[in-house]
Amino acid sequence: MDIRVFLLLLLVLVSSVEHGFSLYEDQVGLMDWHQRYIGKVKHAVFHTQKTGRKRVVVSTEENVVASLDLRHAEIFWRHVLGTNDAVDAVDIALGKYVITLSSEGSILRAWNLPDGQMVWESFLQGSNPSKSLLSVPGSIVQINLKVDKDNVILVFSKGFLHAVSSIDGDVLWDKDFSAESIEVQQIIQPPESYVIYAVGFVGSSQFDVYQINAKSGELLKHKSAAFPDGFYGEVLLVSSDMLVSLDATRSNLVTISFRKEEISFSKTHISYLVGESLGIPVILPSKLSGILAVKFNTLLVFIRVKSEGKLEVVDKIANAAAVSDALSFSEGQQAFALVEHVDGKILLTVKLSHDWNSDFLKESIAMDHQWGLVQKVFINTYIRTDRSHGFRVLIVMEDHSLLLLQQGEIVWSREEGLASIIDVTTSELPVEKKGVSVAKVEQNLFEWLKGHVLKLKGTLMLASPEDIAVIQDMRLKSSEKSKMTRDHNGFRKLLIVLTRAGKLYALHTGDGRVIWSLLLPSLRKSGSCKHPTGLSVYQWQVPHHHAMDENPSVLVAGRCGPHWDAPGVLSFVDTYTGKELNALGLTHSVAQVIPLPFTDSTEQHLHLLIDSDQCAHLYPRTSEAIGIFQREFSNIYWYSVEADNGIIKGHALRSNCIGVVDEYCFNSSDLWSIVFPSESEKIIATATRKLNEVVHTQAKVIADQDVMFKYISKNLLFVATIAPKASGEFGKPTPEESWLVVYLIDTVTGRILHRMTHHGSQGPVHAVLSENWVVYHYFNLRAHRYEMSVIEIYDLSRAENKDVWKLLVGKHNLTSPISLYSRPEVMTKSQSYFFTQSVKALAVTSTAKGITSKQLLIGTIGDQVLALDKRYLDPRRSVNPTQAEKEEGIIPLSDSLPIIPQSYVTHALKVEGLRGIVTLPTKLESTTLVFAHGVDLFLTRIAPSRTYDSLTEDFSYALLLLTIVALIAAIFVTWVLSEKKELQEKWR
Amino acid sequence: MSTFHFLFILSIFFSPTLSFRSDELLIDDEEFGLEGGVQAQPLSPDLVNTRSSPPPATATTTTRKKYSDTDSDSKIQFLLEHAFGDSEFSSAGTFTARLKTWNHGGQTLTKLRFSRNAFTDLEKEKFQNLLKGDDFYKIRLPSNVLSPPGREHIISSVKARCLPREGLDEHFVIHMEGGNILAVNYGTPGACSHPRQLKLPAKWSFNSHTVLKNSEQAPRAPIFSEDLLGGETGEGEALQPPERSFWAKYWMYLIPLGLIVMNAITQAMNMAEEPAGGQPLQQGTAVQRGPTAAARRR
Repeated sequence: MDIRVFLLLLLVLVSSVEHGFSLYEDQVGLMDWHQRYIGKVKHAVFHTQKTGRKRVVVSTEENVVASLDLRHAEIFWRHVLGTNDAVDAVDIALGKYVITLSSEGSILRAWNLPDGQMVWESFLQGSNPSKSLLSVPGSIVQINLKVDKDNVILVFSKGFLHAVSSIDGDVLWDKDFSAESIEVQQIIQPPESYVIYAVGFVGSSQFDVYQINAKSGELLKHKSAAFPDGFYGEVLLVSSDMLVSLDATRSNLVTISFRKEEISFSKTHISYLVGESLGIPVILPSKLSGILAVKFNTLLVFIRVKSEGKLEVVDKIANAAAVSDALSFSEGQQAFALVEHVDGKILLTVKLSHDWNSDFLKESIAMDHQWGLVQKVFINTYIRTDRSHGFRVLIVMEDHSLLLLQQGEIVWSREEGLASIIDVTTSELPVEKKGVSVAKVEQNLFEWLKGHVLKLKGTLMLASPEDIAVIQDMRLKSSEKSKMTRDHNGFRKLLIVLTRAGKLYALHTGDGRVIWSLLLPSLRKSGSCKHPTGLSVYQWQVPHHHAMDENPSVLVAGRCGPHWDAPGVLSFVDTYTGKELNALGLTHSVAQVIPLPFTDSTEQHLHLLIDSDQCAHLYPRTSEAIGIFQREFSNIYWYSVEADNGIIKGHALRSNCIGVVDEYCFNSSDLWSIVFPSESEKIIATATRKLNEVVHTQAKVIADQDVMFKYISKNLLFVATIAPKASGEFGKPTPEESWLVVYLIDTVTGRILHRMTHHGSQGPVHAVLSENWVVYHYFNLRAHRYEMSVIEIYDLSRAENKDVWKLLVGKHNLTSPISLYSRPEVMTKSQSYFFTQSVKALAVTSTAKGITSKQLLIGTIGDQVLALDKRYLDPRRSVNPTQAEKEEGIIPLSDSLPIIPQSYVTHALKVEGLRGIVTLPTKLESTTLVFAHGVDLFLTRIAPSRTYDSLTEDFSYALLLLTIVALIAAIFVTWVLSEKKELQEKWR
Repeated sequence: MSTFHFLFILSIFFSPTLSFRSDELLIDDEEFGLEGGVQAQPLSPDLVNTRSSPPPATATTTTRKKYSDTDSDSKIQFLLEHAFGDSEFSSAGTFTARLKTWNHGGQTLTKLRFSRNAFTDLEKEKFQNLLKGDDFYKIRLPSNVLSPPGREHIISSVKARCLPREGLDEHFVIHMEGGNILAVNYGTPGACSHPRQLKLPAKWSFNSHTVLKNSEQAPRAPIFSEDLLGGETGEGEALQPPERSFWAKYWMYLIPLGLIVMNAITQAMNMAEEPAGGQPLQQGTAVQRGPTAAARRR
C-alpha cells in the first residue's frame, strides 16, 4: 500500500520534472536578467545622412558589428560573427549599406543600415590559398576598403585587388598582385580621377606604384624607384599625392611623392626636425590631411607636410592619449580630435587641419579613474541649434568601455569590458543591520498597502489590464531582489568577474547592476609589467565564524606577459568596497593556483601557487599559514597537464627551496607520469570536479533494494585524447583513422581507473565531471552525429556493507579512512546517446547540500542554455525497464537525448558568443543560480526538482489570510446556525 | 609464390576489416598470453604472478598455429628501474615479453614475464630508511618498449609502507598502446590502511603481480534505426502493465467501499445495541419523537 502511494507520488513528480524548469510568459525577468554588450570597439563609422544621423556603426574585437543609438547608447541591431571571422574594416556605402570586410579580407558583407538585415555577401578568393602570402601573418595581408562615388568598393586582400559593386556584391574586376612580389601598402583613389594607385614596397628598399583604371581594372602604368636606405613599417597617406614613411634606421622621415612622372623621395632627419633625440618614433595611423602625428614614448609631435616634401613641426603635446582621423565638414574644412590627460581630467581639443593655432573646441571633462586611459577617439559633427558646427566624440577607454562626449559632458557610457569575462567568483553580501529597512517600509506604507491590494485583485481576477501592467511592473522592479544585504534564501550575492582588460566588476545577482568596478592597478601596463594579463579570481577571505567583522576579499592572479613563465602579479580586493587591499609583484611565475581547503584564524584561505619550475609558493605569507601548512605537508599532491607534450605528471612537496632563503617556497618531486604516445594520442580536454561541490550521500539505492556506493574522490581527473590526424578540421579524417580515448585518472597515485576508446570519433570534446560521473560530448564520424556519453564509477570495496546486521553489529568499514594507495576496486558503467546539437559549453547544477537531483546545462550552438536532466544520461537505462527500475526513475532507453523546448533556461533570449556557464548554489537547497557569459550576460535561478522547499514568490499571502478568515467566519456562522437549529429541534 | 602474392593482395584488400577486428584479437591475445603465466598459480584470470626468488624458468615457446603466418613475434625485454625517495634510478629487474606484430601493422605484447632483482644490502638499508621516513618508493619504465626509453620514462610511486606484508607485495598494472607504455600503476595488491604503520617485511623477497591492460572499446550508442515503428510498438508492449492483482487494480475503489461497509456494520451494531442499551436520553428522544411521528402519520 505504501509503495503504491509512493509510486503515485513519484509519477506525479516525474511528470512534473519534464516541465519543472519551464516558465510562463509573465515570469520572464522576474528572476533572470540579461545584458547585451558588443565588446571593445575597433572601428566606428558615423553616418551623416538624415536617416542615420542618430546612430553609429561599430565593429569590435568580439567580432560584433552593431549599430548604436547616439542619444541613448541602445543597440539598434547587432550581429555576432563567428570566432574566426574577425572584422577587418567597416564602412558605409550608398548611404544605406554597412559594408564589413572580415576573415582577413575574404568575406565582404553588406548590411542594411536601418535594420541590420544582410543585403549581400561576397567571398573574395585569393588565387591560390596555399601561397605564402597567407601564411605570413600581419602586414602582408593588407586590407583597404574604399567606397567611391560610382558605388564600387575596392578591396585589397590576399594579393588581389577586387572591385566590388556595392549594389549587389558582384566582383566587377580583380587584379592579381600576388605574382608581382609587391607588398601593397595603400590603395589610393583621388576623388577627381578614374585612376587607382596601388603603392607598396618590393623588398625593403624599392617603392612601386601601379596605376590602374578604375573602370576596367587594367594596368595603366607601373613605376618603380629604389630607395637605398630602405623602409621601416608602413606608409601613411598625408595628402592626395604624398606618402610618409620611416627609413630602415628609424631616424629619418621619408616623404614620397608618387603621382608625378617620377617618384621622388625626400628625407628629413627626425632629431634635426624635432630638435633633440626623443626615442623611437612611431607614426600614428591617423589620417589628418597634411599633418602627420609621430609618437615618441609619451610625447606626440605633429608635423605638417608642405609641398616638395618639406616638413615642419607644428606642435608637441606631452600627455596626448589619442588622435582621431580628420573629418571634413562644411566647405572642405577638416577637423580632428585630440585627447590629452591633464591631472585626472581629460582634455578634448578639436582642431582644424589647416589652421593649427586656433582650437575649434576645447573641453575638459572629469572622468572616473576606473575607466583608465583613452585609447581611441572617433569624431563626429552635428549642426547646433544656432546652425554652427558642433562636435561629439566617441572614445574607447583602457577598460574597453565606450563613452560619448558632447558639450563637455559624458552623454553615455557602456561598460564593454563585460563582454570579455575571463573568470567568475562570488561573494556574499553584508548581513542586514536591524532597524534599517523598517523606516523605509513605513515611509511607503501607503504604497505597500496599495501594492498588496493590487496583488489581491490580481489573484481574484478582478484586475483591469492597467492594473495587471502595474502588478507586472511591480514584480519586476521589486526592491527586494536588488537589496544590498544578504537574504535568507541566498539568492542575493555579488558576482565578482575579471575581464580581459584587467578590470574587476562586482555585479548584483538580483538585477545585474554594477556595484563597483576596479581597474586593477597591478594589471595595468607599467614599466616592470609590459603585457599584463589577468588569469583567475579566487575567494581569498570568506568571513563566517570568528572573523565576521572583516569584509570578504578576493585574490586576483595575473602574469606580466603572454608566456606562462612570465613573473606573476597578485592583487587582493575587498569585495564590499571594491578597493585594492594589497598588491604583490611576484618574483616567480604563476603556472597554477591551488586553493587549499585550509583557512587561518582570520578566515583567509591558504593558496599554493605553482611556478613554471614546479616550485610551490604558499600564500598568505604568515607564520600561522606555515604552521597549518606543515601539518598537512605530506598530504598535498597536485598534477600538471602538458597538453602540447601529451604528458600528465603528478607532484608532491619535498622540502624547502634550495638556494633561495624563502620559507614559503617548497620544492616538489614528480611522483608519477603518464606519457601519451605522440603518434596516436593528443590531449584535447580535461575535466575535474568543482572544488566546492557537495555530495549528499555516497550510497545509491537501486531498483532491487540494493545499494551501490559511488566512487567519490576529489582527485578524479577526466582526460580525453584524440588521434592527432583527427585534430584538424571536420571532414578531413576518415572514421578509421580517428578515435577518442577517455581516461579517468586518480591524481594522487596516477592510477588509470578507467580507459575506453571510442572508435571513429573526433573532437571537440566538452566534458563535465561531478560526483561519480562524467558526461562528455564529441562527434561520431561513423554515425555523422554528435554524441554524449556518460561514465559512472562505483566503489566496490564498500559493497559488502549492504548487510543491515553487519551495520548493527558494527562490522563495517564505512568509517575507516580510505587510502588512495590501496588497490582500487571500482566498477564503471557507461552509455552513449546521440545529441543533435553541437555544444559550446557544458556545466552541471550545484546545490548547497547536493540533495537535489542534477541537471546538465548545455550551451548550445545557438547561444542558448539548455537544461537536461541527468537521468537521461544514466548508463543503467534499458529498453524495457522493470517495474522496480521505473519506480527508481529510470527512463526507457532511447538512442538520442530529447531537447524539450521548454527546458531552455534562457527562454527566448540568446547569450551571444557564449563562452562559459557558471552555477552557484544558493542557501535554498532546491535552487541554483546559473550565470552564462559571452558577449552577453545572463543570470537566472533554476530549480532542477522544482522548488520543493519554498513557496513561490508570487504566492498570495493575502489570499491565504483571507481564506483562513473566511473559513473561521464560516465555522462560527455554521456553529451558531447549528446551535439555533438544535435549540429549535429541542423546543419542538 | 603466386598464391602467396594472391594472399598478400587479399590481405591488403581486407585490411580494413582486419583492423576492425583488431580489438577482439587483442583480448584473445591477452588471455592467450596469460595461459603461460597462470600455469604456476591460477589465482586470478588477469594476473601474471612471478616470484623474484627463485627467478622463473624461461618459458618454453609455445607454437601457435591458430593465427595466420603473417603475424610475427619477437622477443623483447625492457628494464624496470627503481629509486628510493629522491635518489637516482637504478636497475631493479627486467620484463621479458613477446612482441606480436599483426599483419595489419598493430603490435601487442604478450606473455609478459618479470624477473625481479633481489635487494642488495644497501638497497635494503635504503628501503628501511624509506619505511622509517614514510617516503616514496619509485619505479620507472621506458615509454616505448621497442626503442627504450622512448620519449620519456613513465614514473610511478607508492608510499614504501604500503608494500611490506610477510614479504614485499607489489602489483603492476601496465597500460599499453601498441609498443608504447602509457602508464604504469604501481602499488600494493591489496589495501593500504591509512595511518600507515611502520612494519618491516619478514622476507626481503618480492612477490610481484603484473597485469597488462589495453584500452577497451566504448559501448556504442543504441541504434533504433532498423524500424522506428517496430521500436515504438515494442515500447508500447513494454508499457502495457503486467497482469496485476485485483487488489492492486481496484484498491482506490475498495478502500472507500470497505469504509462504507464498516460504517454500515457499526451502525447496524449500534442499531442492534439500541434496544438493549438503556440510555435514558436516547429513550427520551425516542419518546418525544414517537408522538410527532404518530401525529404526522395521522
